[in-house]
Amino acid sequence: MKTNFWPQWLKRNGPAGADPAGGLEEEVDTLRGTICEMGGLAEVAIRDAMEALVRRDHEAAAAVVRRDRKIDALETEIERRVVEIIGRRAPTETDLRDVVAALKIAGVVERIGDYAKNIAKRVASVEDSRIRPLSLLPEMARIAAEMVHDVLDAFAARDPKKAAAVCERDAAVDDFYNSIFRSLLTHMMENPHNITPATHLLFVARNLERIGDHATNVAEMVYFAATGEYLGDRHKGADTTSIGADAIGAGAHG
Amino acid sequence: MADGNAAMLLIAGLAAAAVVALAAALLLARRLRRSAPGAAPSMAAAGGDAERDLLAAFEDPLLVVRERRVLIANQAARDLLGAHIEGSDVRLAIRHPAAAEHLARDEDGGAPVRIELVGLGAVGRPWELLIAPLPGGSRLVRLVDQSQARAAEQMRVDFVANASHELRTPLATLIGFIETLQDEAAVDPATRQRFVAIMAGEAVRMRDLLDDLMSLSRIEADRFAAPRDTVDLRPLIEEVRDALKPSAEGRPIRIERGKSEALVAGDRGQLAQMLTNLVVNALKYGRPGSQVRVRLADAGPDLVSLSVIDRGEGIAADHIPRLTERFYRVDPGRSRQVGGTGLGLAIVKHIVLRHRGRLEIRSKVGEGTRVEIILPRAAQA
Repeated sequence: MKTNFWPQWLKRNGPAGADPAGGLEEEVDTLRGTICEMGGLAEVAIRDAMEALVRRDHEAAAAVVRRDRKIDALETEIERRVVEIIGRRAPTETDLRDVVAALKIAGVVERIGDYAKNIAKRVASVEDSRIRPLSLLPEMARIAAEMVHDVLDAFAARDPKKAAAVCERDAAVDDFYNSIFRSLLTHMMENPHNITPATHLLFVARNLERIGDHATNVAEMVYFAATGEYLGDRHKGADTTSIGADAIGAGAHG
Repeated sequence: MADGNAAMLLIAGLAAAAVVALAAALLLARRLRRSAPGAAPSMAAAGGDAERDLLAAFEDPLLVVRERRVLIANQAARDLLGAHIEGSDVRLAIRHPAAAEHLARDEDGGAPVRIELVGLGAVGRPWELLIAPLPGGSRLVRLVDQSQARAAEQMRVDFVANASHELRTPLATLIGFIETLQDEAAVDPATRQRFVAIMAGEAVRMRDLLDDLMSLSRIEADRFAAPRDTVDLRPLIEEVRDALKPSAEGRPIRIERGKSEALVAGDRGQLAQMLTNLVVNALKYGRPGSQVRVRLADAGPDLVSLSVIDRGEGIAADHIPRLTERFYRVDPGRSRQVGGTGLGLAIVKHIVLRHRGRLEIRSKVGEGTRVEIILPRAAQA
């Protein structure tokens, strides 16, 4: 009873009153919450951008571009909070890992938002193209969006297993990218009129592929924050399948 | 003096106790305000145990949120959003922008909020989120699964797409033959006859499909209007058999009827259509020359059972639950060959539903299929 009586935030930072702004744990929690909010926005941005692309909906595309500002604003807020926490609280071990991971993840999620924004910006340029790979793109986007979704779930739950599972799906996104690349190239060779829309679609596929890579990067950070070990180290010792090896390769240069 | 000292000590002791009590009270108040998560005593002081027990009784995911923190999450919510959410920032549980915006703000605690959101638990899973203010500044967040409602909507959309697709196939055939026939020189009279026969067949297919679509929508429209007439199933079975004799190609349709009357409250036309569809199916998918049995039997004091039994190839178990779906076909090529519209059993199902009955399909691969319909008897006048 006695140990439960004292609030969590009091344990780390001494007596109440010395700390008018609340405890470190609470601050870290709010920081993580803000990252989730960012991630939620990025997830919706990917979905809306792809829907706008398929439906050729310019207004929806413009809305995605507008909403990206909110993601940027949240990133700035996270940076400010991180600096404040490190400066005022001097966190150690788990807390420090959490805080540094938050800073890095915020940067990556912001990039994911940018890729979604870039897809939205291309909606106008692929107008009237009857190129078939457009049917492959939504499926590729579904997998990439799922990776982002799952890695954010893993982040919220500090679940290293779930994070590791995200990395394994990156290979599927890469396969899609290669297949779409080849098929768009064929379209370009068949008819020069296809070159402009096909190039834009190629960039869309490239953006999705990068989103997948970034989800993998976040997964590695989540894994490290939760366990204190690098995800790559774990793989090196184990009998690596081709999928696992690909995921590491993609993460290393991503 | 000794007494004085004792009194002084007593007063000092009381004062010290008062300070401690005051500090404890302040701490408690502060903790309640901050809603320190998961700390049992504070939850009890706030009536948390009772609230927790209450929320545990609900199957919908429920959260109590105060100042951005999840105070209580019931089991359903922890299953959906993760065990970690209790005590953490609410955005770690629900990060969808529309919801996060409302939940992160505390000032709009007044009015209840209703938000549609997608992607909790799994990508694309639809939910409705309801935020209701509770006394004392907390808010109750309730999640309602919308997958069922969306699935029904999706089915309607799919239905229109499927129906158009089904109509387009015979239409494309027709157009193709018409274009060939327009070039008179290219077609000799014998071929022309053959083409016209095919065209007639495709036209009939389209008519059948449209007829089935129209009766399906009529039956669906009447779904909640219970039929009032009293129908005797025995003469009805004979009528259907006689009507189908020409198309049975000499195969016997045997009627096994019970001793007693089989009066049901029903719509005669619909019941005849239901039976016709079943017997036609049995004729189509039974082995050549084998008989089709129509059996009428008691199924308890208030129920009549009507079965149509064929001896044919039967249907594999994994297809059976889907047989009454519109345009579901076990073997699409074969269905087309025998002129099926893909709607026969869907119509049967809807007629049975309207008659407050039950439809049971049993089948053994290699032996045959039995479709049983159980209908309530008409109330005795």
